[in-house]
Amino acid sequence: MNKLFLIIKREYLTRVTRPSFIIATLVTPLAFVAFFVVASLIFSYESDDSQKIAVIDESGILKGALKDEKGMYFKFEQKPLAELRKNFKNSDYDGILLLPKLGDLFSKDYMVYYYTEGQSTLEIEDHIEDRVRDALRDYKIEALKLERKQLEALNTSVDVEPEPIEEGGKDATSLTSAIGAGIGFIMGFIMYMAVFIYGTMVMRSVMEEKTNRIVEVMVSSVKPFQMMLGKIIGVGAVGLTQVLIWAILIPLLITIAQVTMGFNPEQQMPMGPGAPAINPDDTQALVMAAMNEVGNIRWSLILPLFIIYFLGGYFLYSSLFAAVGSAIGDDMGEAQTLTIPIVIPVVLAIYIMIKAVETPTSSLSVFASIFPLFSPIVMPAILASNPPAWQVITSVLVLIGTSIFFVWLSGRIYRVGILLYGKKGTFKEFAKWIFYKE
Amino acid sequence: MDLILDLQNVVKTYDKKIAVNNVSFGVPRASIFGLLGPNGAGKTSLIRIITTITRADSGRVFLDGQALNSRHPEEIGYMPEERGLYKKMKVGEQLTYLARLKGLSASDTKQALKYWMEKFEVTDWWGKKIEELSKGMQQKIQFISTVLHNPKLIILDEPFTGLDPINTNLLKDEIADLRAKGVSIIFSTHRMEQVEEICDNIVLIDQGQNILNGPVKAIRNSFKQNRFKLDFAEEWKGTLPPGFEVVDQQPNSLVVGLAEGGNSNALLQYLLGQGAQISAFNEIMPSLNEIFIQAVEKNHQPTKV
Repeated sequence: MNKLFLIIKREYLTRVTRPSFIIATLVTPLAFVAFFVVASLIFSYESDDSQKIAVIDESGILKGALKDEKGMYFKFEQKPLAELRKNFKNSDYDGILLLPKLGDLFSKDYMVYYYTEGQSTLEIEDHIEDRVRDALRDYKIEALKLERKQLEALNTSVDVEPEPIEEGGKDATSLTSAIGAGIGFIMGFIMYMAVFIYGTMVMRSVMEEKTNRIVEVMVSSVKPFQMMLGKIIGVGAVGLTQVLIWAILIPLLITIAQVTMGFNPEQQMPMGPGAPAINPDDTQALVMAAMNEVGNIRWSLILPLFIIYFLGGYFLYSSLFAAVGSAIGDDMGEAQTLTIPIVIPVVLAIYIMIKAVETPTSSLSVFASIFPLFSPIVMPAILASNPPAWQVITSVLVLIGTSIFFVWLSGRIYRVGILLYGKKGTFKEFAKWIFYKE
Repeated sequence: MDLILDLQNVVKTYDKKIAVNNVSFGVPRASIFGLLGPNGAGKTSLIRIITTITRADSGRVFLDGQALNSRHPEEIGYMPEERGLYKKMKVGEQLTYLARLKGLSASDTKQALKYWMEKFEVTDWWGKKIEELSKGMQQKIQFISTVLHNPKLIILDEPFTGLDPINTNLLKDEIADLRAKGVSIIFSTHRMEQVEEICDNIVLIDQGQNILNGPVKAIRNSFKQNRFKLDFAEEWKGTLPPGFEVVDQQPNSLVVGLAEGGNSNALLQYLLGQGAQISAFNEIMPSLNEIFIQAVEKNHQPTKV
């Protein structure tokens, strides 16, 4: 036990004190936040050069309805199109907008023409479409003699509110599933990343020790199984450290970025053309409700489960990576071939997880939340939607059992693999090694 | 005899290949023991059994009178032929780590490190990474890591490769010192002149079997062919009486083979009686190199078709 602790300590300390680790741990959140800021800037960017547009209104119904706005100036012209086009170069117009005669009031399509030099931009086109549609709507309301209030009454917003069958049962709001799904996605992706980043770290480190021949010295002091377990635990602790630092730094930096740069991401995020601007009061109410929901989730139960799945998934997969690493020397190409069977279930699990978040009670979701190769990624994603207790307990037991089995199995492969040189590791060989005597 | 290590009928098979085939030998305490054999003879398999890296399929191994057990690695120091250290680790941290894994307490490790690093004059390297050191320097560190935990038995696999003559001598002296302190050393190499120079006893392994075992002097004696070399101050022309065979004759020297039970004094007396001016008279001892080749070739003969 003492020796195992020494190995864990070394594996942990050599990694967390490495400059590359410190840089990656600190720079990744910065890069993440920088990406966030730049993305917000790009989406909120609007062309700042003003556009002067000549408008020819053939039916004369939109006059005065197109208002100047955001660097766009509309000027209604009486001159015919041909003349405007001919003198375009000498005029100070950036484009000519032709509004043809409106066929009849009930036509649902209306084509307008925009003449400009070179390429017109999507931004200008969107803007013109929005303005003309609004103006046309107002015109039609007037012309058809409709009551504005009645029209607005036609748009009813419908929300489904889930309620429990039993009286006094836990009342979830529709937000619960949304928040649950969100947290589930984040958990699922953290698991996915952890398996890849730290699993590969374990594999590379095993390969390095084998190539360095330090294993010969090491196994004359400690059991190969202790070496492997020590490495897996040590690297796992490194992973936990890094993930925790990120979990603190990323929200912190995002908050700082928001405060110092005056961003409000919910308003800056693109809503698609024509989407109504969000009422700031609504946003605030939504955030409050969301916060409330986050508080309603049974964290005392879910957090320990997250950690169990994190550790279970990590042990299961990283032990497989260790076994593969022990079978190969420094040949990264061969490593890739042998890791494919490990990678496939992880990638599958991600797809299943995305589906399971939408339908947590489907038979696929239930199966995947118990099957140990998928459960570390799928189960955390559906935990917030309160799966039945039997499902969670079965899943946890199966995962723990399988992890222990895989660590043992990989240990059998590892102890043979690390001392074997020049022999290529194949799955057939692996099977033989498992049954080797000591 | 007082044996530090005693192997009895040790067998180890991998897959279908017999790596160690019923090998028995003993290593006397406080001696230097040569573990010899051609490539692939099974030396590494034997070393791995002794260092408890693997276990023998059958047969028994005793270290200091006790059947080999999981506490024994702490009493053995092993320097493999392929040297291995963590390249990015600092010398001091690395040595501390390896000593602690051998069961040494933190304070004992500190003391032992101070002693050995001063002895090898490498105290300045404490903060250097292994990859910054030359190969010879790394080897010194590797040797220190082998002896740091004060083992009873040290196994050195080709310890002199890559060392310059000065460091080779330093290491040889160190090995002699350790033996004087009661430490037993198993020394594996292909350099027979080194074996002749420093080993007390040897075992020769070939095809997984013990084909030759015993004290170096006794083995060389048993392989001698009763040949003597004579050097003459003046050219000697003549013939030898029956019982003496001329193996090689040069104007000023002669190699003579004695028949079974022949006496070298009789040869000298005869020659002196002839008035020969003898300037040197030596028995030709076979080198271990010759013995090695002879023994291995003889062992291979039955398998030749």
